Amino acid sequence: MIIVNGESVETKAQTMAELLDELGYDDMPVATARNMSVVRKRERADTKLAEGDRIEILVPMQGG
Amino acid sequence: MSDQVSFYGETFTSRLLLGTAQYPSPAILSDAIKDSGSEIVTVSLRRESTGGKNGRAFWDLIKALNVRVLPNTAGCHSVKEAVTTAEMARDVFDTEWIKLEVIGHADTLQPDVFGLVEAARELVSQGFKVFPYTTDDLVVGEKLLSVGCEVLMPWGAPIGSGKGLNNLFALKTMRAHFPNVPLVVDAGIGLPSHAAQSLELGYDAVLLNTAVAKAGDPVKMAKAFALSIEAGRLSFHAGAMEARDMALPSTPVLGLAFSETF
Repeated sequence: MIIVNGESVETKAQTMAELLDELGYDDMPVATARNMSVVRKRERADTKLAEGDRIEILVPMQGG
Repeated sequence: MSDQVSFYGETFTSRLLLGTAQYPSPAILSDAIKDSGSEIVTVSLRRESTGGKNGRAFWDLIKALNVRVLPNTAGCHSVKEAVTTAEMARDVFDTEWIKLEVIGHADTLQPDVFGLVEAARELVSQGFKVFPYTTDDLVVGEKLLSVGCEVLMPWGAPIGSGKGLNNLFALKTMRAHFPNVPLVVDAGIGLPSHAAQSLELGYDAVLLNTAVAKAGDPVKMAKAFALSIEAGRLSFHAGAMEARDMALPSTPVLGLAFSETF
């Protein structure tokens, strides 16, 4: 089990890229972090996930 | 057009940096940006439950406007959060520009200036071009410049308060002390007259959001801000008269009827 955006998620994904696919973010412009460290687009396929990881998946949003 | 403002080597005609939050609809946001003439808009990163669909729609809307984006780290209360958010923003928005906010107080949203300097130092070392949201404190301004910031964005009043320029003395002092640094009043502006006043003080630009987004007619207010900023800048160049305590007649006294000279 891992934590995605503050919620527990059961996943079969082994990498950040697989997790994005599994959650349906495939084509979306998103930014990702694992345990408070950024995971850049080009690093996602090689970033392995581990039990208990805290993942953030953020999207462009209105801001001031 | 020679009177342009420059941030990190890029020049702009408009001196209005506009936030994109809290508008009644995407269409009104889009029209407000167009009518404001703004060439730089702020954006953020957030969690989203719809698999990124809203995020993509928003990002597509902004990209279609052909403006420069300035991502922010709004809501970050620690250096680590702000730095990580900036890194994530760079990855998704593909820009080294970052409006750096490190919030120190929940009620006033006052910047944590100690964390701000620390985060700015780290981000500059990573190649970011940092736009720090700061207070009007001179020493903090100097520290931010010394770690590599080339713009300072002091608050006029707390974010979203619409109170205008709370501390004219401090803002004037800052302008005088940093004559060659682009200075932007960021936060607290509620009216076009506040924006005009900022430009009259010699500030290079203003950054605002709520004043337009929460106006009765945001598109009209966006235009009002554009005009007021232009007026304020012209006024700054024109050079204001000196204020006096007592009246001084503007109509010539010489030749006044019914007067005796004996």
